[in-house]
Amino acid sequence: MNESVIVTQPENSPRRFKLSAGALCAAPLLVLLVFGFFGPMAMVALYSVQPRGSFSPFGTPTLENYVDIIEQSFYISFGWSTFLALLTTAILLLVCYPLALAIKRYSGSKADLLTLLVVAPLFVAENIRLQGWVLFLDKGGFLDGSLTYLFDFGSGSLVNTVPAIVFGMVYVYLPFMLFPVLLGLANVPADVTDAALDLGANRWRRFCDIELPLAMPGILIGSLLCFVISLGAFSESKFLGKGVIVTIAQDIESAFTFGQNWPRGSALSVLVIIIAGTAVFLALRRIDLDRMLGRQ
Amino acid sequence: MELRGVDKYFGDLAAVEQMDLAFEEGEFFTLVGPSGSGKTTLIRMLAGMESPTHGDILLRGERINERPANQRPTCMVFQSLALFPHMTVGGNVEYPLKCKKVPVAERRERAAQCLELAHLPVSYYDRPVTTCSGGERQRVALARALAFDPEILFFDEPLSAIDYRLRKTLEKEIKDIQRETGKTFVYITHSLEEAMVMSDRIGVMREGRLAQIGTPHEIYTEPVDRFVSEFMGEVNSIPVKRSDDGQLRNDELGLTVTPPGPLNESFESGTLIVRPENMRLLKDDETDTVNELTGEIFNEYLLGSRIQFQLRSENHTFLVECMRESGRPGAGESVRFGWTPAESMLFPE
Repeated sequence: MNESVIVTQPENSPRRFKLSAGALCAAPLLVLLVFGFFGPMAMVALYSVQPRGSFSPFGTPTLENYVDIIEQSFYISFGWSTFLALLTTAILLLVCYPLALAIKRYSGSKADLLTLLVVAPLFVAENIRLQGWVLFLDKGGFLDGSLTYLFDFGSGSLVNTVPAIVFGMVYVYLPFMLFPVLLGLANVPADVTDAALDLGANRWRRFCDIELPLAMPGILIGSLLCFVISLGAFSESKFLGKGVIVTIAQDIESAFTFGQNWPRGSALSVLVIIIAGTAVFLALRRIDLDRMLGRQ
Repeated sequence: MELRGVDKYFGDLAAVEQMDLAFEEGEFFTLVGPSGSGKTTLIRMLAGMESPTHGDILLRGERINERPANQRPTCMVFQSLALFPHMTVGGNVEYPLKCKKVPVAERRERAAQCLELAHLPVSYYDRPVTTCSGGERQRVALARALAFDPEILFFDEPLSAIDYRLRKTLEKEIKDIQRETGKTFVYITHSLEEAMVMSDRIGVMREGRLAQIGTPHEIYTEPVDRFVSEFMGEVNSIPVKRSDDGQLRNDELGLTVTPPGPLNESFESGTLIVRPENMRLLKDDETDTVNELTGEIFNEYLLGSRIQFQLRSENHTFLVECMRESGRPGAGESVRFGWTPAESMLFPE
């Protein structure tokens, strides 16, 4: 045995600063957050109060961009984005909850297969998948063409509509709802739901009193994720909607690129961040409360 | 409540087979058996959480196979207790009353009564159930089941995760509650001790079938087969064969055994069972014991007032239990031990 391997440190060795293991582990993330999140966020906030069309972040602060947003009807795209995000989240909840229940009920290989089927589309880039749907749904596309050939009756063009956009969003964001809900349902032990039934609850009661509250953290996290990412949705309206409506993300993009008006783009971004932040705040407060009441 | 010819298969696997069993009103019935013997499946069928593959479940003569759990006058205390973690103690106990649409004031009153019956202070009413200790949760589960006011209460090994002393207390309390309420209790356990303490009748299950039903006394003194006798506590089992001259022998031990009774004509080979407490160490002047062996002590266990010696003779290990007394032999000593034939049991193979 080589004794020199064991290095004992004198207890009063001078150390200039000590970092606990936790702080050290968090350090890389902290650096990333400062430069990749808080930094840009501060820049956006700063730009949003610069005069129109300014490229310098250090001009005289003004609120004219926010006034512009209201006066120039940007609230319409805000409205659309918020509406689409809420609708998508609601539809996703209705679709994913039963699906998650099914996956939970099937054990072993059947559940694995279902999960795989849900995950598989994630391996293809979102834009390519959306273009695929355009080819499928468009006039003369796969659906319309097949129907016309087989029944002499086509579906016409199903793209360029709001339902098509919603469909695309539901399709793309499905995994973001499914997996949190699945995790939420994992917090509902079979014994507990059995017990509720045994104690005289009917199915509806059991669902409202037991299953839903216990699965709520997962449901909330899933809804939050879906709401926040669909608020910034972009490709769905671009590809499947083809300009039938304009979402806020498209407005922001055009302000920064085509419009060359960074302060306006920044002001719009700030508003989106506020909406998303409010949603996150509300939901997380609810989850923490749940923890305190339910689990330890 | 009665089971008639009930089978339950999971795929090809028979969890319960050809089960005929009837509970009497107001009795404390315990089902014992090793894990995987079908106890839980049986009780889940009775409570309405599984339905039998064949056969009928009858309640006062009425077939209730398809009646779901929420329409049966039965209630179950789960092994996991299955408390509602997001509710308070009171919320849990009141839940069955809420389902029955009992008015709030009455609910509270009944919940308080049930808490009291389960020896929980009423001040626990507003506590989140997650802040309760193991024993307290046990009582909450019990109070909740009592609040349902079932005709039959099922228990699926609820005490298995509780430490020894508390378990003893709770066993007695459950028994007391059964006496007080006069309800039928059906209790599952894998512990013989628990079954013995609480039951009016015991059913011993083995591989989905009932090996024996009887009072604790019957099961202990007259087990029908080797499985039941071995399950009912530690025993000495000696494999024996009938030799050509008609005697029972174990050649390895060089032992000729006098059987507990006359041998059956068809008996070829089997197992002789002697309980440790029926074995005794022989004194030097004791020579009239019919069945006798010599062995070396290699372990002793103190069991309070009694002491158990572990002896080795040839390749066999024997347990001999006797009263604690001074001048007992120590480890490594060679001793003679034996038993009277009437205190042994013989089971053919």
